[in-house]
Amino acid sequence: MSTVIRMIVTRIALGVGLLFIVSLVIFWATELLPGDLATQLLGQAATPETVAALRAQLGLNDPAPVRYWAWLTGALTGDFGVSLANNRPIAELIGARLGNTVFLALYAAAMSVPIALTLGILSALWRNSPFDRVANAGALSAISFPEFFVAYILVLWLAQTGIFPSMVRITPSTDFGDRVYMTFLPALTLTLVVTAHMMRMTRAAIINLMASPYIEMARLKGLSPLRIVLRHALPNALAPIINVIALNLAYLITGVVVVEVVFVYPGLGQLMVDAVSNRDIAVVQAVALIFAAAYVGLNLIADVLSTITNPRLMHRR
Amino acid sequence: MTRDVLLKIEGLRIEGRSGDTWTEIVKGVDLTLHKGEVLGLIGESGAGKSTVGLAAMGFARDGCRITGGTIDFDGIDLRRATETQRRGLRGKRIAYVAQSAAASFNPAHRLIDQYCEAPVVHGVMSRDAAAKDAVDLYRRMQLPAPESIGFRYPHQVSGGQLQRAMTAMAMSCRPDLIIFDEPTTALDVTTQIEVLAAIRDIVRQFDTAAIYITHDLAVVAQAADRIKVLLRGEEVEEAETRAMLDAPKEEYTKSLWAVREFQRPELAPAAGTPVVSVRGVTAAYGTVNVLEDISFDIHAGRTVAVVGESGSGKSTAARVITGLLPPSSGAVLFEGTPLPPSLRGRSREQLRQVQMIYQMADTALNPKLRLRELIGRPAQMYLGLKGRALETRVKDLLHLIELDPAVYIDRLPGELSGGQKQRIGIARALAAEPRLIICDEVTSALDQIVQEGILKLLSRLQEEFGLAYMFITHDLATVRAIADDVVVMQRGCVVEQGPKAEMFTPPHAPYTELLLSSVPEMDPDWLTHLLDHRAAAG
Repeated sequence: MSTVIRMIVTRIALGVGLLFIVSLVIFWATELLPGDLATQLLGQAATPETVAALRAQLGLNDPAPVRYWAWLTGALTGDFGVSLANNRPIAELIGARLGNTVFLALYAAAMSVPIALTLGILSALWRNSPFDRVANAGALSAISFPEFFVAYILVLWLAQTGIFPSMVRITPSTDFGDRVYMTFLPALTLTLVVTAHMMRMTRAAIINLMASPYIEMARLKGLSPLRIVLRHALPNALAPIINVIALNLAYLITGVVVVEVVFVYPGLGQLMVDAVSNRDIAVVQAVALIFAAAYVGLNLIADVLSTITNPRLMHRR
Repeated sequence: MTRDVLLKIEGLRIEGRSGDTWTEIVKGVDLTLHKGEVLGLIGESGAGKSTVGLAAMGFARDGCRITGGTIDFDGIDLRRATETQRRGLRGKRIAYVAQSAAASFNPAHRLIDQYCEAPVVHGVMSRDAAAKDAVDLYRRMQLPAPESIGFRYPHQVSGGQLQRAMTAMAMSCRPDLIIFDEPTTALDVTTQIEVLAAIRDIVRQFDTAAIYITHDLAVVAQAADRIKVLLRGEEVEEAETRAMLDAPKEEYTKSLWAVREFQRPELAPAAGTPVVSVRGVTAAYGTVNVLEDISFDIHAGRTVAVVGESGSGKSTAARVITGLLPPSSGAVLFEGTPLPPSLRGRSREQLRQVQMIYQMADTALNPKLRLRELIGRPAQMYLGLKGRALETRVKDLLHLIELDPAVYIDRLPGELSGGQKQRIGIARALAAEPRLIICDEVTSALDQIVQEGILKLLSRLQEEFGLAYMFITHDLATVRAIADDVVVMQRGCVVEQGPKAEMFTPPHAPYTELLLSSVPEMDPDWLTHLLDHRAAAG
């Protein structure tokens, strides 16, 4: 047991180290942008005096390491500074939107993970049957269409008929039921996009094990095919499945920009896009750091889960 | 005394698929088994014994299909029965014990959960009753700590214990018939005896009929009432065990005996500077010492057999000699001069002198390379041969291992038989023109007759080139055939060493005695006598 705790602690330490490196990269990348932030903000017409004043106000005259340290310590306490575009605290801008993004991601995950697992298990069970072929073909078509295309098709089909709203107007006061209803279309779009990957990995991981001697043994014990897949193959296929689910969850948090734009969903992706077009570097940095943390965190959880589902790692000789 | 017939197979035909074509692998086999009877099914790999064994459960592996004949189990026609009916029989009335228990237990579940599965699914008993029953059977199978061993995962239990746990599991529904598919082949000789005795006793206690599949005649002689010999999917002969052992009728059956009779002439005791000398080597993986102060010499033109059970440090000794594992103390001398401890410190010339041949030729040869490249590479790398000279060398080497270059030079390993692959392993080692070749269990994965061919080839090459061999094996029959000197290892220590004649003449060190007496003999009473003898000796 203690080995597992030690493993988890090591992984967390590694994750923190990794995030630290990512924060350096994020900070450095914005340093590399051409020109000076103050000039960029004020435009070509600004007088040298106003530029100098803004530089002083933004603290741009300090050396880079000092500014990095100030930024990092601020970020750690939840203070990402103020937006360069509208002077509002970034933490406030991000707060509600982060909640929205996480809600949408969990919503899509709650639909896609059970569907993907069920379809993956069934298509492994009925390998090469019509069901398997249809499920695979369907999943592959869903993944092959660009997200915005899927989104517009759904809008055309389900929103034009008035069943679901095509735009998501939610505020912090919207209650849960309305939220679920209004967010259905973006969640469905994301589900269609991520299900295929998880389903095919589940199918492949299970089929890969079906030739194992212990599966033959299970068949020779007279067990039913479903029991063989669920009890004998699936537990041994969990590690790859968990990892691909984590990867897709991370995508649901960080990669949903297009879907958010199509449905005008007030999430982090939209904020990031707006910030980029406004050259609001401080917001871009903050959102990038949050995305990185989501990636690292989810992969960390996946690592830990794959370890504790593997008896060979949990119970040493 | 003739009892009721339990299983009657007539004219069984099974086809196997390779690519798009189906070829017949079982060609009309008949088999009759009475209640409580044990039938030994023996033959080399490819004889179709496992396929026949599985067919007795109405089962064909993926890529195989039963195409003809009848399989009648206690009045049920297994070929006509529905899959649900067959499933109802499997695990309940007909059980299976696989060759490698380590691979056939599900790594994700505890032993006892796997034990209880069949009785619960087949509705034979409740989970609690099955769990109690498991402890009883673990005890009968003489497993250590029967109350708690079931709560372990397969990777926490040794191979011999797993094999016994698997036999206990097969017994869980008290079947009428158990198929044992090479249950002791993967075990050390000393463990093999324990498992064999436990299997024999439990089958007798419950009056279970069994089909015992193996390639080892001496093993099957201990357990079977009757023996059937198969060759390439056809029956060679069948007889009562004693009758078969005393007077085999067919030439093929006799040849199964003859294999063990190959023997090299004795050599004079070794003299001069040894090619390789291991001096007081201690080596460790992490903090655990796996070799403790071992010393032995290997002389030119001689074979040193290193014997011991798995985990005794035989292969680790080889890793130290080749430099893969630098020792924590001691040294390896090559012709009197110490070799750098690690592979990286050694010159190409030093590396060339020691070559290896591995147990699994399948995994030791790159499947994507043609024989020309497989054998050519060491010749190119160590001796700098190129172009025509290299081609000539590769052809010479193929001639040496008795494969026709015109036919084989551009083949891939996948297009060769097991024995041929091992010959390629030998040619690849020879290509470097080494002084010492380390053979790590090179014949363990091969059939007896193929083994004999490989041993003869190795002997001939040794005489021709004055090679020194370090021959790692757990098979004492092989030692008897090929060794000049023997080193017996146990738990990382050398317990006895000397010329072969000395080692095989009493008195022996206690552990050597145990090893020697554990080699099954062609006598149906051997196991009984041995166990009596050991019990008497305390």
